[in-house]
Amino acid sequence: MNHPATPELLETRAGFGDGLKELGRSNPDVVALTADLCGSLKMTAFAKEFPDRFFQVGIAEANMMGIAAGLTIGGKIPYTGTFANFSTGRVYDQIRQSIAYAGKNVKICASHAGLTLGEDGASHQILEDIGLMKMLPGMSVINPCDYNQTKAATIAIAGYSGPVYLRFGRPKVPNFTPHDQKFEIGKALILKKGSDVSIFATGHLVWEAVKASESLEKTGISAEVINIHTIKPLDEEAILESVLKTKCLVTAEEHQRNGGLGDSIAQLLARKFPASQEYVAVDDSFGESGKPEELMEKYGLRAGDIVKAVIAVLQRKK
Amino acid sequence: MPMIKELERICSQVRRDILRMTHACQSGHPGGSLGCTEFFVALYFEILKHDPRNFTMDGKENDLFFLSNGHISPVWYSALARSGYFPVKELSTFRKINSRLQGHPATHDGLPGIRMASGSLGQGLSVAIGAALAKKLNGDNRYVYSLHSDGEMQEGQTWEAALAGAKFRVDNLISTIDYNNAQIDGRVDDVMPIGDLRAKWDSFGWLTLEMNGNDMGAVMDTLRMAQEKAHNKKPVMIIMKTEIGYGVDFMKGKYEWHGVPPNDEQVKKGLEQLKETLGDY
Repeated sequence: MNHPATPELLETRAGFGDGLKELGRSNPDVVALTADLCGSLKMTAFAKEFPDRFFQVGIAEANMMGIAAGLTIGGKIPYTGTFANFSTGRVYDQIRQSIAYAGKNVKICASHAGLTLGEDGASHQILEDIGLMKMLPGMSVINPCDYNQTKAATIAIAGYSGPVYLRFGRPKVPNFTPHDQKFEIGKALILKKGSDVSIFATGHLVWEAVKASESLEKTGISAEVINIHTIKPLDEEAILESVLKTKCLVTAEEHQRNGGLGDSIAQLLARKFPASQEYVAVDDSFGESGKPEELMEKYGLRAGDIVKAVIAVLQRKK
Repeated sequence: MPMIKELERICSQVRRDILRMTHACQSGHPGGSLGCTEFFVALYFEILKHDPRNFTMDGKENDLFFLSNGHISPVWYSALARSGYFPVKELSTFRKINSRLQGHPATHDGLPGIRMASGSLGQGLSVAIGAALAKKLNGDNRYVYSLHSDGEMQEGQTWEAALAGAKFRVDNLISTIDYNNAQIDGRVDDVMPIGDLRAKWDSFGWLTLEMNGNDMGAVMDTLRMAQEKAHNKKPVMIIMKTEIGYGVDFMKGKYEWHGVPPNDEQVKKGLEQLKETLGDY
């Protein structure tokens, strides 16, 4: 695996903002909407450069989703931007009827997902959004891991026709994937080959998985690390190929254990190749106020937690 | 006024379709459908610039229509079929298994004429605003029309959209509220009063008109006036007074007919009051 020893720290949401700005220049059909979170979503550059294609709808997320759905009818590709909480749970029925059921080409872009939103606390820290969105027929769910990948994903989804949920976060995190990567929806990325255990991670947990694999290596455990940036559609082939080899797995995500990436993979394996699995995820709990790193520590979402999960699953491995 | 007479003749057939469709599947919403018949017939047979036989999702250079209160699908399906969007005989599949005519309008089976799913209330005004904004971005000067129920004035999203319509100066949008003072649980005045609608829409910055929705002459005049008043920085809202169940004496004015189909005896009695002008499907 090639990544800098100490990667630059950047926000995934900045990757979204920069990707959106580039997209604005290359694709005149791309339009953007926000519900009073233009700055937080890093959409200001797009708004300044393309004022006619930018819609500030105020604190009215339901209306934003409906307007976005309507804009697709004239061939526009709307990107909505607000926090993950207000992008999903708050507007679930609008997304369900006017976007998913109606098959509209809306890109629902959600920042501040998960615990790493930090000090604002549980009212804003949604940990259920992946589950909510992946349940909707026809909805793609993407959770990139760093700045570069978020930027690439933001650009790539414009080329796909259909509703997409693009999830990213607030804090600065290591930017370790290539800046010139080609983002392919639904294509898992093997970051490190291994033979003893498969670690499937998404979003901010991918870097934690990388660090975990490096410390496991020192104790002689060979972990395969796979970045599942697209939770739906799931790259079933890549997952099966890895688990057929390692026979056990750990899944890692900044999300509830219920309904997240781990459950998607467990469902696949239950049908195709049952294997011992450990989850690194939030265990049926809301978050709370605190610094992002403190919260990740308290709720068990750090590299050390992945290491522990690997050791536990290896003990059960047949 | 031969044109009005002709439109009224079409209304009689559409009302027959509504009764027969809801009777055949023993479900659906005849009351609001009957009340809005003049509006749909005026729209689909005179007002809209459209191409029923070559339906496209983007409706470029054509007028668009969105139904927010999707439960009155029977009148919409009848108007669409009778104006040429799909075969009239397909009305017999309404609400039945494997039909494109879902209980509430849906896009995923590709029924020509439908551009948005509706049924869960209060979402259509936002959608219509989005479609109108796209027309503006595309330099397309045609209109977007939408219909909403008075019950939908109880949904918060309607008022989010009311603010946005004024802010974005969506003056290519002509929306209408079916003000029949009836909803599933009773009279709107009793369930949750919506107050002075005209004052509300005026104060939100819309150009507000009123009409009697069961008088074809008034409907045609007002819709034409709306077109003239559009493209003048404000979206247009028409408050359309109607009677639920209009056209069938025992249904007229009774909120109980919101979502109840006629039984065998009632459909017979109802059809006796409505002339078969275009041939039943």
